[in-house]
Amino acid sequence: MKKEEIPQDNGALGKIAKEVTYVVDENGNYSTGQSTGWDVKTDALNVAWHDVEAKIEAAKQKVLHGEASPILYFMEKKIMDLNILASYTGYWKWSIKKHLKPAGFQKLSADKLKKYAELFEISVEALKNPFQH
Amino acid sequence: MELQHTNFKHLQAAHCENGVTTALLRHYGITKITEPLAFGMGSGLFYIQLPFMKVNGGPAISFRTMPGLIFKRTCTALGVPVTRKKFRSHEKAMQELDERILAGKPTACQVGVFYLTYFPKEYRFHFNAHNLIVVDKKGDDYYISDPIMEGLVTMNSYELERVRFAKGAFAPRGQMYYPGDQLQEPTDEQMKQGIIKGIKRNCRDMLHIPGSFGGVSGIAYTGRQIKKWKTKLGDEKARSYLAQLVRMQEEIGTGGGGFRFIYGAFLQQSHPYLKADELFALSKQFTATGDKWRDAAIQASGIYKGRLNTQADYDNMGDRLIEISALEKQAFQQLKALMGKIK
Repeated sequence: MKKEEIPQDNGALGKIAKEVTYVVDENGNYSTGQSTGWDVKTDALNVAWHDVEAKIEAAKQKVLHGEASPILYFMEKKIMDLNILASYTGYWKWSIKKHLKPAGFQKLSADKLKKYAELFEISVEALKNPFQH
Repeated sequence: MELQHTNFKHLQAAHCENGVTTALLRHYGITKITEPLAFGMGSGLFYIQLPFMKVNGGPAISFRTMPGLIFKRTCTALGVPVTRKKFRSHEKAMQELDERILAGKPTACQVGVFYLTYFPKEYRFHFNAHNLIVVDKKGDDYYISDPIMEGLVTMNSYELERVRFAKGAFAPRGQMYYPGDQLQEPTDEQMKQGIIKGIKRNCRDMLHIPGSFGGVSGIAYTGRQIKKWKTKLGDEKARSYLAQLVRMQEEIGTGGGGFRFIYGAFLQQSHPYLKADELFALSKQFTATGDKWRDAAIQASGIYKGRLNTQADYDNMGDRLIEISALEKQAFQQLKALMGKIK
């Protein structure tokens, strides 16, 4: 890539820092330049976020239809999975699987609810009633 | 920002681990080191697609070696002692860091980016192999030199502790690391030997790694897979997979073209030490493959943007990777032959 070919599109990172890029001059000699972003990259990142949004929406529908507990919804919102949730809470994966079901969620102790709520950075009230504003 | 305990100079780099390695070594006395030299001595260039494994529901692809290796290998090559510590206790992790910082000794930490306050939200996934240098402390604020950023940033103790103890894959567990202080400038001969070793190891990794999904053969493996994605996964998932490939290749840290440009710069910067003119031609070959990686990314974006959507478009994408695989194989074979000639 040549210095004058460095893309200068609007990237998410470009708002806070220009990125270092390695480029060549006409003789093939390397130096560095800065890039504000590249649409090809931004679009790839958008695809990833689109997938995240789709998962959150699917989880929301499951919760609304009584097929999953609000923990699933907030887990997706924090882009977590079972492994990450297990390591942050210290609970076993099989017990989290229970908490992901509405019946298991009803049986959660106040302490456990609080732990989940803190991890998801919401109140216990919001954890119990995720879609009320 | 005025630093109290140290005269550390912030260094912006393309990749976080290269940047941390370079800035720390320079700070403690090795001025000959640059980002490309650290990357090359640490044999940073790589390619692998781990089969049967998924990352964020997409293919597990990496364009670089395992986190931590660049720092370790570069220091070893230069005869620099390395200390790396993990902690169970959060208090102890912060306390030991404080002791070093207040003694004026900048120290690197491995952190997770999900809670990294100064990062834009769009980049904050649960990625735990980010590296930064803690350089100073004033009150409850830590002064951070993050190689991705243009200048120093700050985080308070709660925020720093949180990212040091991020959870999930590659959990940093409070990890901090640093080279010895008052280092001796390496001789040109030491630099030369370090470079040769780094190149040889990189040739081995790219040419001779067992199995078909790592090194240059791994690139062709992904190329062949891509041709099947449309029918096997369906349009939507195939697009997500391609987007993931491009993110791994171009996302913050690679310097463009999946590290191939940094490697080209490394070969050029090796010339004063190895004195082999073939390095210039080889550097150009890596520049060329880096450009081809970027052209492939543009093709991929056509697909995930929905502009291209036929099997022929996927075949075109796959063929590009198969071509890159052949070109990189050739380049590494020539590089290996050249190393055989240099004494």
